[in-house]
Amino acid sequence: MRRNRIAVLALQGAFIEHEQMLQGLGVETFEVRQLSDWEQPKDGLVIPGGESTTQFRLLNDLALLHPIRQAILEGLPVFGTCAGLILLAKQEDGHPRQGLCTMDIDVCRNAYGRQLGSFNAIGEVADIANDFPMTFIRAPYIHRTLSPEVEILSEADGHIVAVRQGHQLATAFHPELTADNRLHRYFVERMK
Amino acid sequence: MKENRQELNRQLAQMLKGGVIMDVTTPEQARIAEEAGACAVMALERIPADIRAAGGVSRMSDPKMIRGIQEAVSIPVMAKCRIGHIAEAQILQAIEIDYIDESEVLSPADNIYHIDKTKFDVPFVCGAKNLGEALRRIAEGATMIRTKGEPGTGDVVQAVSHMRLMQSEIRRLVSMSEDELFEAAKQLQAPYELVKYVHENGKLPVVNFAAGGVATPADAALMMQLGAEGVFVGSGIFKSGNPQKRAAAIVQAVTNYQDAKLLAELSEDLGEAMVGINEQEIELLMAERGK
Repeated sequence: MRRNRIAVLALQGAFIEHEQMLQGLGVETFEVRQLSDWEQPKDGLVIPGGESTTQFRLLNDLALLHPIRQAILEGLPVFGTCAGLILLAKQEDGHPRQGLCTMDIDVCRNAYGRQLGSFNAIGEVADIANDFPMTFIRAPYIHRTLSPEVEILSEADGHIVAVRQGHQLATAFHPELTADNRLHRYFVERMK
Repeated sequence: MKENRQELNRQLAQMLKGGVIMDVTTPEQARIAEEAGACAVMALERIPADIRAAGGVSRMSDPKMIRGIQEAVSIPVMAKCRIGHIAEAQILQAIEIDYIDESEVLSPADNIYHIDKTKFDVPFVCGAKNLGEALRRIAEGATMIRTKGEPGTGDVVQAVSHMRLMQSEIRRLVSMSEDELFEAAKQLQAPYELVKYVHENGKLPVVNFAAGGVATPADAALMMQLGAEGVFVGSGIFKSGNPQKRAAAIVQAVTNYQDAKLLAELSEDLGEAMVGINEQEIELLMAERGK
């Protein structure tokens, strides 16, 4: 039997969109706004898009940063989109960064510039689809991976935009803003 | 192409949800706001309380000042243009602002027409004090809505009335039968398609924030409980005794708006709140600008 109860980090950003997508797949979700929420049983965590600096500040102030980091290091499946990817990254522009720092990737924030640089694309995501709709909103990309453990799932315009490292999945784009639930399904079904 | 930009611009607003957008007048204040957890900043030369005090005509800020703030922070930077001032909006687009606030806080440039925002690639947020205004602004291309609470007063009463009215009008539309929607659209002076969207979805097709008069963590939590998806704080932060602490407390209050115990802790020792003036004491109701 599939046992799926996914925590959705609900500090700031587009977390409701993730919840709706997961619920559409028949998965139970709950919002994490403080430590007492986090302490519930869960089979995975989604970190949504939003502002990474805001989410980082709140993770710190609400004493969530270390318990969440610990849980990911101990093998809790995690899926981060956009700001979520940034929070998972160990490096930014070649320097160590503050955040959850659990994925061996080097990110570039606001890599496409300001809002005028936001765009849509359709691209291939390895193992999942060759026609995946991608929405990039003031998005980051990944300069490079820092370990052979990191699998590159997708590139757009020559930059890495989706990766998997074991139980960790991250995209620079926002699958939660589209009607395509294949990445969420992949996270729920293939990442234990 | 344009439709695609509208969609992307609505989606940027979705990323701001659950966040606090703070008015800042200098790069230094912008950094304080970002550090405190603001999800965006509004760059302007004078905060609304000072605009009110100074009187006279209030215009778009100096682009150089806005650029300074863009360089200081990595979060989105918004700026205000006057209602109907197409050229000011074009200038803000030319410096690649992330969001334009076509704002009643500045002196209106046009007493009848708002900007046709569908002609722009950058997104617009507009104020609305009821559902009809909100839907008219969305029809003109606004991709985010906020209440028109009286800016620069530190008095939340207007923002509360606008949010309550809008939510109650939305509930009314939801409860209507489909053949009543045509008349509803007529009464709201809003396009039928948007009225139908609200009827079917029980919400605006764009993100809806609270703005005007929010000065404390409790004010922010109140607006979230009334259905706001995030909060603008104008004069409330940098007109107060301890801006860093107050800003961070309001950010946390928006995330945990239903936890009264935490709100109590957040409300402790914030220093002097902005003094504020109440609605009856002010001569100029900015919310009456642009309908």
